[in-house]
Amino acid sequence: MVAALFFYLFSAIAVASAVMVISARNPVHSVLFLILCFFNAAGLFVLLGAEFLAMILVVVYVGAVAVLFLFVVMMLDVDFVELRQGMLNYLPIGGVIGLIVLVELALAVGGWVISPGSLKSRVAPLPEGVTNTEALGRVLYTDFFFYFQAAGLVLLVAMVGAIVLTLRHKEGVKRQNISVQVARTPATAVEVIKVKPGQGI
Amino acid sequence: MEIGLSQYLTVAAIIFTVGIFGIFLNRKNVIVILMSVELILLSVNINLVAFSTFLGDLVGQVFALLVLTVAAGEAAIGLAILVTYFRNRGTIAVEDINLMKG
Repeated sequence: MVAALFFYLFSAIAVASAVMVISARNPVHSVLFLILCFFNAAGLFVLLGAEFLAMILVVVYVGAVAVLFLFVVMMLDVDFVELRQGMLNYLPIGGVIGLIVLVELALAVGGWVISPGSLKSRVAPLPEGVTNTEALGRVLYTDFFFYFQAAGLVLLVAMVGAIVLTLRHKEGVKRQNISVQVARTPATAVEVIKVKPGQGI
Repeated sequence: MEIGLSQYLTVAAIIFTVGIFGIFLNRKNVIVILMSVELILLSVNINLVAFSTFLGDLVGQVFALLVLTVAAGEAAIGLAILVTYFRNRGTIAVEDINLMKG
């Protein structure tokens, strides 16, 4: 009973904040509503018994992705009011397509039952008496090790790509050049000038 | 009332639809489009975890972890492209992104 109550609470807030993400006037508010939506999705994950994924969702999405969005929104000097013009023109076509997708999904998932045959073909059944994190670690580092490595590779490529895209060398910034410093000799560094009395250099 | 698989799938379907709707609604604003894509990926994750729990199979949670990874990478690359584009052109309006004449 309490679980059902929390399910409706989390899902209602998640859906409402998702609607606010796409309709908020200020993009900063959009990002903050996105964070609220992620938190409530994490609550749904906890209800489903996937505690590790719930915590990962909070850490990765709220801690990294949403803060990245927040930084970019605040860093770019964009006139967001101008970007919102013509929004109502797209409302009908977007509404029609959204409605079609929703009806299709409702028809697809409406009367879902798990067939008994699929229960026999489980790859990694949930073990008894083990926490979710330990159970996930047991399969992730053994059966799904190559997927795990591929995920790490994706993150590496994403990191390299993001750095390459945003790094730029500014002109006129003085940097230390060690080889030039070491190669200095008195002959190149010191110049002796004889100044005659009563005259400048 | 018992909460079953259908309820979770319904929530995920609604969030997915909101994401699709957001892409159409904010056609000029790339940042909100990226946020809509994040919403869509989140709904996919809810689906995977719900199936994983009600089927008693951990594979769904492993897949959700992979989707999470790809979503993080996608956000990082997308925002990096956005920052570079803004630096070069001074705007992020989607209609102006036609440098490659595609």
